[in-house]
Amino acid sequence: MIRIDIRKKLMTAEGKRELSVSLEIEKGEFTTLFGKSGAGKTTLLRIIAGLTEPDEGILTVNGETWIDTAKDISLPAKKRKTGFVFQDYALFPNMSVKENLEFACEKQDDRRKVDELMEMMSLAELKDRKPGQLSGGQQQRVALARALIRNPEVLLLDEPLSALDHETRQKLQNEIINLHKYFSPTVIMVSHDIGEVYKLSKKVFCLEEGLITKSGTPSEVFNNKKMRGRFQLMGEVLEIVPSDIVFEVSLLIGNHFTRVLATEDEVKDLQAGDRVFLLSKAFNPILIKTN
Amino acid sequence: MELDLQPLLLTFKLATISSLLLLLLGTIIACWLANGRGKIYLTGEILVALPLILPPSVLGFYLLLLFSPESLTGQIIESLTGLRLLFSFEGLIAASVIATLPFMVFPVKSGIENLPVSLREASATLGKSTFTTSLRVLLPNIKPSLLAGFVLSFAHVVGEFGVVLMIGGGIPGETKVASIALYDEVEALNYGTAHFYALGLFTVTFLVLVFVYFYNKRSLLKGF
Repeated sequence: MIRIDIRKKLMTAEGKRELSVSLEIEKGEFTTLFGKSGAGKTTLLRIIAGLTEPDEGILTVNGETWIDTAKDISLPAKKRKTGFVFQDYALFPNMSVKENLEFACEKQDDRRKVDELMEMMSLAELKDRKPGQLSGGQQQRVALARALIRNPEVLLLDEPLSALDHETRQKLQNEIINLHKYFSPTVIMVSHDIGEVYKLSKKVFCLEEGLITKSGTPSEVFNNKKMRGRFQLMGEVLEIVPSDIVFEVSLLIGNHFTRVLATEDEVKDLQAGDRVFLLSKAFNPILIKTN
Repeated sequence: MELDLQPLLLTFKLATISSLLLLLLGTIIACWLANGRGKIYLTGEILVALPLILPPSVLGFYLLLLFSPESLTGQIIESLTGLRLLFSFEGLIAASVIATLPFMVFPVKSGIENLPVSLREASATLGKSTFTTSLRVLLPNIKPSLLAGFVLSFAHVVGEFGVVLMIGGGIPGETKVASIALYDEVEALNYGTAHFYALGLFTVTFLVLVFVYFYNKRSLLKGF
């Protein structure tokens, strides 16, 4: 169980604001911090890892106090059992894949885990390569494996898949699910991709301007009653073109392109780049197997 | 014309020993400076930078006072190490190291600072100390900066004049390095011998800089 209750002044592009967060996370749970950039998600992750100091507050992880500003306690980053996957992966360029993983070992036991993790994440063939010779997805796998070597109590993922293409993303999401099943660490992931949140996490905390505005399971957080349709997809508006009395709206759903008709009322607040739900109430969509 | 090779040999002996010492000391100081923020670090950085701007004679004068057997510091150094630094080769090494510190510290420090911060942070989250992080993550990734610092230090010690004159006094075979020998020869109007020393120093310093530029360009091309 992780208990967080902290405050920190943030300097964001839109000026000063305060990060003020109080939440509890069950042991072994896959949790997501969801929100726009500048909301304080990464700062919160960094505070948990010990890379940023909060102004005040408490953090306990499985009964152990990591931060208690009132008692002047702040465990240094190296003493906290966390695994941190950085947005830029932060692999050590001077070390091979295997050496990156071995660097993380603290006990002799961990060395066996190096081979095990390399096998699990299909890195065995790449073990002698340097990070510069790997693709983005491969680098991400190494970063994940490295973060898991020490059996962290908390695995912190800072937008781990944001720099990858759609296909690699999907594949890595599945791998993350498997790793979580196998090692069952408590995971806190930062993401602003609703699809990813749905697929990976059990619990979501929505962070807006430094405060938690909503929390619950992904469907509790992202669905509201008005939208409960028969089926719904999440997409991005690409273009809105008037066509006679209606409007033709081009949407990108996942990596598929589609076009729907909309009334003036519907497109009133819409512009290219907006995230929208595409849902249907009256008709039953038809499913046709393609493979 | 009698050519005495000893001053040139002494210069290169001094430069080699000093820059090897600097490689160790300068790197430690650079790691320390690159790891922190605050008044202590700022003061440290200013002290290291001083020899860049201070006239060498000023630095030499203060070192003269510090190293003097009459002074408290001179006596402490002598009782601790048994060395009398004034007008001795060991004293030249100590003075050269202090005067050349910025040439080693700053390239290494900026090399470390140009590395992504996340490398240091990743190492910390993997439970590693600042020392382990510096030794195994930071320094191996800034080899060009280490080399640049070492070579620039070597070249700077070769070119040292004011400080070595004040501290060493130009004793033949002990502290009379090539730059001082050159000055003496010019004073005595022995232009032939002066040319010999000048050309020797010029050639070595030129080659050293060519090497630094060549190496850095090549390693940039490798995408280091």
